[in-house]
Amino acid sequence: MTYLRPKFRHPELPRNARGYTRQYYEGALSTLCAGCGHDSISGAIIQACFEMAIEPHRLAKLSGIGCSSKTPTYFLGNSHGFNSVHGRMPSVATGANLANRDLIYLGVSGDGDTASIGMGQFVHALRRNLNITYIVMNNGCYGLTKGQDSATADEGSVNKAGIANPFQGIDLAGLAIELGATFVARSFSGDREQLIPMIKAAMAHEGFAFIDVLSPCVTFNNNPGSTKSYDFVRQHIEATAAVDYIPEKSEITTEYEEGTSKVIRLHDDSLVQLHKLALGWDPSDRGLAFARLHESRARGEILTGIIYLEPQTRDLHNMLNTVAQPLNTLREEDLCPGIAALEQINEENR
Amino acid sequence: MGIPVTPKNIFPSNIQGLPTWYEVRVSENGYLGRRAGIDMVVSVNPQSLAGDVKSVRPGGYFLYDSSRPLDKNLHRDDIHFIGIPMIRMCQQHFESPRTHQLLKNMIYVGALTALLNIDIEVVKELVALQFKKKEKLIPPNYQALDLGIQYIHDHYEYPLHIRLERRDKNGDSILMNGNTACALGAIYAGATVAAWYPITPSTSVVDAFDKYARRLRTDPATGKKKYAIVQSEDELAAIGVVIGASWNGARAFTATSGPGVSLMNEFLGLAYFAEIPAVLIDVQRGGPSTGMPTRTQQSDILLAAYASHGDTKHPLLFPSTPKDCFDMTADAFDLAERLQTPVLVMTDLDLGMNDHMSPPFHWDESRRYDRGKVLSAEDLDKAKEWGRYRDVDGDGIPYRTIPGTHPTKGSFFTRGSSKDEYARYTEDADAYRRNMDRLLKKWDTAREIVPAPELFQEHDRSKEGIIFFGTSAYSALEATEQLEAVGVQTDAMRLKAFPFNDTVRDFIERHERIYVIEQNRDAQMRSLLMIELGIDPKKLIPVLNYDGFPITAATIVQQILKYHPALQPTGGNGVPV
Repeated sequence: MTYLRPKFRHPELPRNARGYTRQYYEGALSTLCAGCGHDSISGAIIQACFEMAIEPHRLAKLSGIGCSSKTPTYFLGNSHGFNSVHGRMPSVATGANLANRDLIYLGVSGDGDTASIGMGQFVHALRRNLNITYIVMNNGCYGLTKGQDSATADEGSVNKAGIANPFQGIDLAGLAIELGATFVARSFSGDREQLIPMIKAAMAHEGFAFIDVLSPCVTFNNNPGSTKSYDFVRQHIEATAAVDYIPEKSEITTEYEEGTSKVIRLHDDSLVQLHKLALGWDPSDRGLAFARLHESRARGEILTGIIYLEPQTRDLHNMLNTVAQPLNTLREEDLCPGIAALEQINEENR
Repeated sequence: MGIPVTPKNIFPSNIQGLPTWYEVRVSENGYLGRRAGIDMVVSVNPQSLAGDVKSVRPGGYFLYDSSRPLDKNLHRDDIHFIGIPMIRMCQQHFESPRTHQLLKNMIYVGALTALLNIDIEVVKELVALQFKKKEKLIPPNYQALDLGIQYIHDHYEYPLHIRLERRDKNGDSILMNGNTACALGAIYAGATVAAWYPITPSTSVVDAFDKYARRLRTDPATGKKKYAIVQSEDELAAIGVVIGASWNGARAFTATSGPGVSLMNEFLGLAYFAEIPAVLIDVQRGGPSTGMPTRTQQSDILLAAYASHGDTKHPLLFPSTPKDCFDMTADAFDLAERLQTPVLVMTDLDLGMNDHMSPPFHWDESRRYDRGKVLSAEDLDKAKEWGRYRDVDGDGIPYRTIPGTHPTKGSFFTRGSSKDEYARYTEDADAYRRNMDRLLKKWDTAREIVPAPELFQEHDRSKEGIIFFGTSAYSALEATEQLEAVGVQTDAMRLKAFPFNDTVRDFIERHERIYVIEQNRDAQMRSLLMIELGIDPKKLIPVLNYDGFPITAATIVQQILKYHPALQPTGGNGVPV
């Protein structure tokens, strides 16, 4: 995304299955700093939604507070959005999802919004397997308040003031796996090839799909000592596997050598194909995923890809056993028990 | 027997089983406030024996288990002791030691039927009803009742001078607690999402919602639920879920108490500013901080009225009876959606957790939920121009859209930050002020649509007025009768809602002195009247009770009579039955 968006658009821009151009999925002009990783993630979200031919009004985007949480203004301008309060997006998304299970929910948060003030809500939305794609734009610092270390800043990481962070960083992907998340992925804002299919797979997942996206802060945390700088991330990235997302009923066209690829069928019958698998990689083994994440961290590497995936899960609605019809469409006839039932209750309490 | 009663469960914040008291006022005149001063104690807890003896009014009765002799130091000459060797009788007549404690209770119930002239057939009917599903327990319970009766027959003169007589005064009244009533109101109003965090004394609101929703809102064909309950991680999340669900077009509510409202402040401000409906039931308890979690108070008034930072205010409703709880909770959903703002139902522990006599509940079958200004897909197609925060009708209430309504129209970005009429972020001073002024206009609209106060006289009879709300109503009305008996005529007004409409202002302006009766230390409702209506503080006299027990008529009379030094209450201690 740039500040100068061309006004002229080619009349024959490609259209998706719904007949919409990519432009239809864009939002307002970004007011983030030029070069901000968050804008790249917004671009990946736009591309993923365009490619999936999502009807914008069937998607609700929600966020908390912070630079990352501003981004829903910059994508999907034709979708409803909710910029809630700091660290509390998960609860608002939970309520929204309970009201209408038929929409797609996209939650956008940051490392401050999720790993500090919102840790409680993040953990509990995850535990309820809320059907949402939850993206953390993780830059290890507080941008809007001028660069304080966040809880995901790595120990020893040097901030712009030249001070090394004395505290351990929280690894949100590891935490999510430990807590029983059903879809845990990590990517880098600069890696569109990986991020776009990953977002598509997350949105097709019926349950809590968590993506931790390292997204360097060009203004406050892109200096040589920072482990969330562009240079550091590029030099230390280690992928579990390349990701392909194949919508329902499409053929798998890409082919890779046996033993290097894995296909996972999601709840809606779409497929996620992981190819060029790192040695011994199995994203359906929670323990292994956790161990690999630890190993990478110990080596100073940043493990990316779909780290863990449990395709067949029960989301919050399944657990609460709610009716298939969205609750917000029920009317008096469905909801009000009527005077006879009330008189019965009166009688029971005389 | 048709005699009005007011039961109160007085219990500590404890699980292991420390003593609790169950207090019942029996009033021929139908006074339903707490009276204080005890005519008869049935002692069941050895731990509280000394205090229980002390609590009896002179001339009253103290009934105890005389299996072991009573400590001589506890003796009082001015009360009557009625000893019944209950545990010993149980040991003689019932085999299983496990049942001794339970049947001991039935022995004193039997004794009370004789002493107080209670119709034993009514009691037996209730026992049979209680054990409908465990019929083999009925005979031993009947036997225990008879043992109690027989013991009184053999050892005491009965009935006592305090006794019960059939009155048939209760008509079609029901006996219910306010929390259950609130839950039923939510069910009837079509609430589909409830989110909460357990907290005394509000917990039973959602418990009751769950119980009745299972019965009334489960699809019989599939067993699936037409409602969702989330026990959230804290109160912040509870109100967040409510706001998310309401934003997305479902009716949603939470129930909490003062500490929960404190935590919900930030979100209430968001809902106020982003204009999202929400219903919150605040079952008030003794504050501040953890305060007295199992005692009652009306001390969240200012907290609730102005919850959250910045210029915020929220409509409040003040139920006095279980029927009010039912009606006002149901109405709160209509109000919240019409006004697109949080509405708080301000009940309290006394109303919420104790059973109260109440008129039966009613629901008008033709009633439609008032969802307020929500645009459908057809509306959006017809609309020439739409802006989420445009005041089209001049009442300050804009039109909203629900996500998913229309493929290409009506989407907007909801935010807690400043925005213009078209929901676009702005820091423009004029746009901000226009929005804040519109919210104030909406507040004026709220003033006209919230329930009006209730006046208890057709025409003013006095230069003095009393104002009360919530559970103070019972004792306030009783107090007006006592005051009248000693020559203090007052006009009475019960507040039902905030913001205050003109009837409230007029009532205050027409009187020279106003007593504001409430159950908190700082006279919070008085402050609210002063702030919102600009009333001279000298005119508003606080009448307060904040010991954690429901306010009594005697307390009110005593405080008001300070302003009439020439007069004294009747009946010595001023406590009629």
